[in-house]
Amino acid sequence: MAESARARPLPTPETKHFWEGTQAGELRLQRCDDCLHVYFPPRPFCPSCASRKVSIFNASGKATLYSYVIHHRPAPGFTPPYAIAVVELSEGPRMMTNIIDCPQTPEALELDMKLEVAFEKLDDKVTLPVFRPAKG
Amino acid sequence: MRRNQVAVVGAAETTKLGVIPDTSQIQLHADAALNALADAGLKLSDIDGIATAVETPQQLAHYLGITPTWVDGTSVGGCSFMLHVRHAAAAIEAGLCKTVLITHAESGRSMIGKPPRHVPADSLNGQFEQPFGAWGPPSLFPIPVLRYMKTYGITHEQIAMVSVVQREWAAKNPRSTYKDPITVEDVLNSKMIAYPFRILQCCLVTDGGGALILTSADRAKDFPQKPVYILGTGESVETPMVSQMETFNSSRAFKVAGPTAFREAGIAHKDVDHLMIYDAFAHLPLFGLGDLGFMPHEETGKFIADRNTAIGGKLPMNTNGGGLSYMHSGMYGMYALQESVRQMRGIAPAQVPNAKISVCHGVGGMFAASGTIIFTNER
Repeated sequence: MAESARARPLPTPETKHFWEGTQAGELRLQRCDDCLHVYFPPRPFCPSCASRKVSIFNASGKATLYSYVIHHRPAPGFTPPYAIAVVELSEGPRMMTNIIDCPQTPEALELDMKLEVAFEKLDDKVTLPVFRPAKG
Repeated sequence: MRRNQVAVVGAAETTKLGVIPDTSQIQLHADAALNALADAGLKLSDIDGIATAVETPQQLAHYLGITPTWVDGTSVGGCSFMLHVRHAAAAIEAGLCKTVLITHAESGRSMIGKPPRHVPADSLNGQFEQPFGAWGPPSLFPIPVLRYMKTYGITHEQIAMVSVVQREWAAKNPRSTYKDPITVEDVLNSKMIAYPFRILQCCLVTDGGGALILTSADRAKDFPQKPVYILGTGESVETPMVSQMETFNSSRAFKVAGPTAFREAGIAHKDVDHLMIYDAFAHLPLFGLGDLGFMPHEETGKFIADRNTAIGGKLPMNTNGGGLSYMHSGMYGMYALQESVRQMRGIAPAQVPNAKISVCHGVGGMFAASGTIIFTNER
């Protein structure tokens, strides 16, 4: 039952493309057509220059580990200890995520380690972007 | 804003602090307000401006029976009260009101008459942070720490000294929740909450409140208490999502609020006799010392570990014991302000001798907001 209590995102019209992307196995970011600024989280204008001319594109999925905590308290849908991480995408923006296929320890979780995106399907409606240590 | 035009003439905390299961949150507001009115020698009918956070100004006005001509419901987390002081000082100077009551109270532990905090699933936090196991401030606020430590070469032992030194201050304060001495080893062996932080590096969760009364400096001399003047103020906000901060090496909101207050006050860092930096978690004093410009971030850990902020140190900081040892009901900024006022009045339990300038720096949310107030007892 614990898993069913995990917080699930509820998309809005402005974020729908992102959550449709994760279901399709794509990490979708936005880029300003005028100033080329790449940003996250989603919104239909550039937070750098205020232009409404923005495009959606598929990110490379490459990232590095920017910082994290290893949470030791129980939380709905999670078995402690588990890491709550912030990763820096190679395109620039940072996002909160979880790190999979890696021991949840300070020794294994090295800052600046290379990561790649993976997609964790929670149910038919929600797939979350998570990250694993990059191969090679 | 012009310096020293507005003063604090009433200041008080709730009659009890800590665990108060027999009192609702709104009544804690009233208790703090009535104590502050008594401190200032005022009646409720003397108040024409009110400000509060979480509870709305209309709840406060109705419950206390006040008809205000000026209200401020700025609610940006634990530093809301620093912003209230800034806004109230501007309003009094502009002639919008004469006497402002600012209240905070929170039934943070007993949860009596307090609505639960809820993150909507369609908010940006609900979509892009909560699904990854974010579960309240202890899971989120310490996320920048490891990056900060790596960037500046700060050690676990240095950060542990924040808790050790503040416990020493708390031991001098009869109203502190925790008074027993602790060591660096105690901190680093205490229960793990969210690596790298352990329970002795996380704030308390208690019940309580506080209230301030402000009026023009020209009127302040007629009040029973020694006036505490507003010398400088600053405020800013950054982002409700810790993951979206510009950098984990600094707080943008701190870097706007703090220096704005110093410029307004026209003082240098060497002029500061007493410092409060809101310590919901043990890394905040390090961020604050660096972002307010007291020293480069590289030196903040060593500065605290070398006891410069301890009793007898050159920059006494968090002299009530802070959110780590004194009390923390959820929005601690009011208690930091109360301690600055006590220090400026010369009546603090751990009084800094001859202190004339106090800097009080607050945070709201997880580095989401910030407010800085600089007080003086000389006009």
